[in-house]
Amino acid sequence: MMNHSQSTGADYNYTIVRQFALTTVLWGIVGMAVGVLIAAQLIWPQLNFETPWLTFSRLRPLHTNAVIFAFGTSALFATSYYVVQRTCQIRLFAPKLAAFTFWGWQAVIIAAAITLPMGFTQGKEYAELEWPIDIAITVIWVCYAIVFFGTIAKRTTSHIYVANWFFGAFIITVAVLHIVNSMAVPVSLFKSYSLYSGAVDAMVQWWYGHNAVGFLLTAGFLGMMYYFVPKQAGRPVYSYRLSIVHFWALIALYIWAGPHHLHYTALPDWTQSLGMVMSLILFAPSWGGMINGIMTLSGAWHKLRTDPVLRFLVVSLSFYGMSTFEGPMMAIKTVNALSHYTDWTVGHVHSGALGWVAMVSIGSLYHLVPVLFNQGRMYSTSLVNVHFWLATIGTVLYIVSMWISGVMQGLMWRAVNSDGTLTYSFVESLEASYPFYFVRFLGGCFFLTGMLIMAYNVLRTVKAPKDSLPALAEA
Amino acid sequence: MDYGTFQGILTIIVMVTFVGIFYWAYSKHSKSKFDEAANLVFSEDELAKMSKDSGEQK
Repeated sequence: MMNHSQSTGADYNYTIVRQFALTTVLWGIVGMAVGVLIAAQLIWPQLNFETPWLTFSRLRPLHTNAVIFAFGTSALFATSYYVVQRTCQIRLFAPKLAAFTFWGWQAVIIAAAITLPMGFTQGKEYAELEWPIDIAITVIWVCYAIVFFGTIAKRTTSHIYVANWFFGAFIITVAVLHIVNSMAVPVSLFKSYSLYSGAVDAMVQWWYGHNAVGFLLTAGFLGMMYYFVPKQAGRPVYSYRLSIVHFWALIALYIWAGPHHLHYTALPDWTQSLGMVMSLILFAPSWGGMINGIMTLSGAWHKLRTDPVLRFLVVSLSFYGMSTFEGPMMAIKTVNALSHYTDWTVGHVHSGALGWVAMVSIGSLYHLVPVLFNQGRMYSTSLVNVHFWLATIGTVLYIVSMWISGVMQGLMWRAVNSDGTLTYSFVESLEASYPFYFVRFLGGCFFLTGMLIMAYNVLRTVKAPKDSLPALAEA
Repeated sequence: MDYGTFQGILTIIVMVTFVGIFYWAYSKHSKSKFDEAANLVFSEDELAKMSKDSGEQK
């Protein structure tokens, strides 16, 4: 893992990229395995073995934190450190600080993996970690910003490539979101109370929550997309002009969409409507970016037949397009009246998380790993292809089962008899959901199996003798 | 100035800014600069080749 960089051209700091790339695979497996376990618990509740720290309520935040902040964010660290060096054509600024972000981030992940099952939580979705860990995250994040923007400041190129704009927006916004939403009054080492209360607390939480989606899970991964899709396709991005409009429109709009998580609540009605309208407009930049990525392949479509890495990237963009159509639709209040609190929401999240975030990261890693370990290609291209199909089938099984389950639940919950009483009890809707929970569990198993195959493939590539994996001739 | 007027002015400023960005991005003037920027993804490989040939790097 620590062998010295022998890269051609400028002497880049690949050690930090290697570390984050490998931990991405590791935490991906851990986070998704916990996801599969809690999916199984919804069908077979006895799988919590009557142990408090194995209950759904404690493992669910562990799952979300592991996949978002351990898997996804490690992928973002790896790719942003790689892309910023290569497109600025300069070695990473402050290498010691960069190393600190790696070890610090791993420490935060371990702390989360210990405290969440123990039941320590601030009770805010995707912001469960208690205040000492929140402070550690803030310190590491500021160091990340110094390393990233320091590298941009000493670049040798005149332009700042568009991918770096997206990475930069992600880093700044996540810092602001995290600090504002985590404001709390500590009462002991493991207990604190939020500074906000009531509807304001809810609004701050979902301003944070939706922009964690918008800036961490979208803008950051769009930065990845703007580098790795053109690189893997071997042609520059379809329209650089569109990418600029895409960037400014996306970051200007996302920040307003949070209230759609609070439709029909105590939040003022005008705020809900504003959130809905902003979410609808957000469809335009989202699809602008998606089209820009996919059209980069125009004239190179034949590469999809032979290159499973490119297939990962393009299918991830398709899922991105699908979920950014679904999202604005679900933000419409009347649609939300049906979809909210049902499995449809869970399906929508995973359409984005598995289909977009995980697949674009996996595709980027398959491009990255051979470069980082001085090989021409991955150990096995056919295993990459197997992984591609497992991931695609797994995602489709997951989201289709949750669509059906969610719409069914929504319809059952709103059904009333002629005398105004509810047609179904809650438990009846739960019983009806069991078959779909099983299909979802199956989809998760597919996706996790793909990740295990990836780990094997990556390990064999890392361990392969020097120059033993030459790049295949261009078809 | 009351709050409503302030909001109205702010909306116009934001709108003008957005149209400005759009105009700037699509103006002929920026075309060559953006083509160059779009190729930054690849210039790295050429740089590597060049430094191998001439024994120096930019």
